[in-house]
Amino acid sequence: MSKTNVTRRGVLKTGAVAGAGLALPTYLAAGGHSGFANAPGDSSVTLGFNVPQTGPYADEGADELRAYELAVEHLNGGGDGGMLSTFSSQELSGNGILGRKVEYVTGDTQTKPDAARASARSMIEKDGAIMITGGSSSGVAVAVQALCQEAGIIFMAGLTHSNDTTGKDKKANGFRHFFNSYMSGAALAPILAANYGTSRKAYHLTADYNWGYTTEEAVRTSTEAMGWETVAAVKTPLAQTDFSSYVAPVLNSGADVLVLNHYGGNMVNSLTSAVQFGLRTAQANGQDFQIVVPLYSRLMAKGAGANVKGIFGSTNWHWSLPDAGSQAFTRSFGTKYGFPPSQAAHTCYVQTLLYADAVTRAGSFNPCAVGEALEGFQFDGLGNGPTLYRAEDHQCFKDVLVVKGKENPDNEFDLLEIVEVTPAAQVTYDASIFGGELGSCNPGA
Amino acid sequence: MDQFILQILNGLDKGSAYALIALGLTLIFGTLGVVNFAHGALFMLGAFCTVTLSRFLSFEVDTGEVMKTAWGTENPVTEPWIYGTLGEVTGQTVIDWAVPLSILFSIPVMIGIGVLMERGLIKHFYKRPHADQILVTFGLAIVLQEIIKYYFGANQIATPAPAAFVGSFDFGSLIGFDANSIIYPYWRIIYFCFSLVLIAAVFAFLQFTTFGMVVRAGMSDRETVGLLGINIDRRFTIMFGIAAAVAGLAGVMYTPIVSPNYHMGMDFLVISFVVVVVGGMGSLGGAVLAGFILGTLESFASMQFVLERLPGINQIVIYLAAIVILLTRPRGLLGRKGVMED
Repeated sequence: MSKTNVTRRGVLKTGAVAGAGLALPTYLAAGGHSGFANAPGDSSVTLGFNVPQTGPYADEGADELRAYELAVEHLNGGGDGGMLSTFSSQELSGNGILGRKVEYVTGDTQTKPDAARASARSMIEKDGAIMITGGSSSGVAVAVQALCQEAGIIFMAGLTHSNDTTGKDKKANGFRHFFNSYMSGAALAPILAANYGTSRKAYHLTADYNWGYTTEEAVRTSTEAMGWETVAAVKTPLAQTDFSSYVAPVLNSGADVLVLNHYGGNMVNSLTSAVQFGLRTAQANGQDFQIVVPLYSRLMAKGAGANVKGIFGSTNWHWSLPDAGSQAFTRSFGTKYGFPPSQAAHTCYVQTLLYADAVTRAGSFNPCAVGEALEGFQFDGLGNGPTLYRAEDHQCFKDVLVVKGKENPDNEFDLLEIVEVTPAAQVTYDASIFGGELGSCNPGA
Repeated sequence: MDQFILQILNGLDKGSAYALIALGLTLIFGTLGVVNFAHGALFMLGAFCTVTLSRFLSFEVDTGEVMKTAWGTENPVTEPWIYGTLGEVTGQTVIDWAVPLSILFSIPVMIGIGVLMERGLIKHFYKRPHADQILVTFGLAIVLQEIIKYYFGANQIATPAPAAFVGSFDFGSLIGFDANSIIYPYWRIIYFCFSLVLIAAVFAFLQFTTFGMVVRAGMSDRETVGLLGINIDRRFTIMFGIAAAVAGLAGVMYTPIVSPNYHMGMDFLVISFVVVVVGGMGSLGGAVLAGFILGTLESFASMQFVLERLPGINQIVIYLAAIVILLTRPRGLLGRKGVMED
């Protein structure tokens, strides 16, 4: 005959120990018991800069990294403070973020979503980064944004122009300062109508990936709404270098405008082919043939050389803007590095300041508190005029620049001239048109 | 019809680059038996000979004056050093002609690189399996492109043709079509003609010189030529240098067509190997013929009319053609029995 010694006290004790044991890993993982992931210590806070350091966008990545380093220097009280003095919020005083010295780690996205996720994960899990920022591609931004959402980390997107980033793929933990394809179309269309008329036939060459599709759709919608007709839209492989086969048929297609929905090397090569085939000087339908590049960057313009002269496009920011914020940033950057910043550098610098400011206003590094501070935040003095971080999709709404390749540049950085500053109201759209759900904020604990 | 002719011109133009690279590959494979995956890198290095010469000619020196930049710093005013030597007008003309001038600059440089590559690395892999050769030459290609990226950056570098050859001309009216129905760029026509001259020069060199005769004999039977007391290894080394120069010249003249970047060699490498195999391993004529045929096919496959009916065909047409040709002619277009076969 056996006798069991199970007592009520014994069950309670065992249960408590087992419960504590099971809960311990979660408790330890909860960022220093603060209720969110990677809570910083009292002395420093680590930010993760995830940029392309190798691969085709390495030069843009290098410029982004320069801007991040400058932002860290300014946040820690170094240099001339850059945009800290022009930023309307005035919460940042150069003593780090919430009194903690800002440190950073870097990752290499290689402009590949898998590599970008791996480097972001490493910075979050090994280096304890509280915020991830960067990227020079929408594919990378969408992939890293999703990772940050799962990990409970704030993602401040760098250069990403696809509608999807804050459209169908938007996340509660992700925020974008850069403009998007829709805004490019909306800003460009009136300028194109004013300069080229409303009776035009457009031929689109479109990079065969996510960003190309959204840009083509945005430009088509905007230009067709003002009377243009789309004659053809041809997808081109992303790896294409010689676009002669795609450009050669354009002149005899009945079109009188070629829209190059290409970015980076694609844009440099397709524009070069288009100019070689005489499209800049050709006549079609009784009018001068025209070329349009919806998204410009200074680094691309440099690669295309004289071919960009006179060609319209849009850009998020340009160093020649006369406002105090742009001038302060250009001066800081130019003094430190010897040349003016690119638009990629600008958006990355601004995103870092906006994050630091949101943490300061929230009084916490908790991603949900930071997100709340950014949602609906209105600010000025960061180079694009009055700006709204819209709560519904975490997209910034601000003026958009329409630019044109400069006819007589003074130097190798002076390649684009600003034709029009399109007001934010003209490029604002309903947050629901691109679908997607923000979901709820994930603090990671 | 005009579209048909346009795509033929495009195909010949693309085929020129394929043919030149494949010609060099075949020369190396035929003489040394080495599968050289670094050959695309030689094409890229040729293009960067142009970039280097262009940058050298337009290297800026201080004029002694100072200007205030838009970002608040004071920078010295500079101008190309060649202005001081030749005057502004002549100096600018020389800079403008950097691409054609690079032909002269690149020939000794590329032969030197080729000889160095063969003597320094590749000769140690002659008796190793092809897999080893592929690995080492592919590794070399990556090293070379990373070196270029380190010094020149990752972005493309604009290297325009001389102003006299920028733009296009009415090819259609030359052959009896309506005015402006077939517009084609000057430089692409020049590139095609240049490649024909270069290909002819290589064939003439091999066909009509004693050196070429020995090399051809060595390609057929290396041992016997060696037994005759001829130092065939030295000649093959020189042939490697010549093959490197051919690839380099293809790269030099290609720079106004596509602005060079560090990765451009890799873009051509796989296609060039397909060209060599389709042409027939070891067949110089086959490499040239396959280059032009596959280039033309690729151009036609990129037409909107074709893409609407066969989406994505532009990306696979070369490989489909290779499959069909190799199924019907296993040794390629001009490959002969016993050549490059164990």
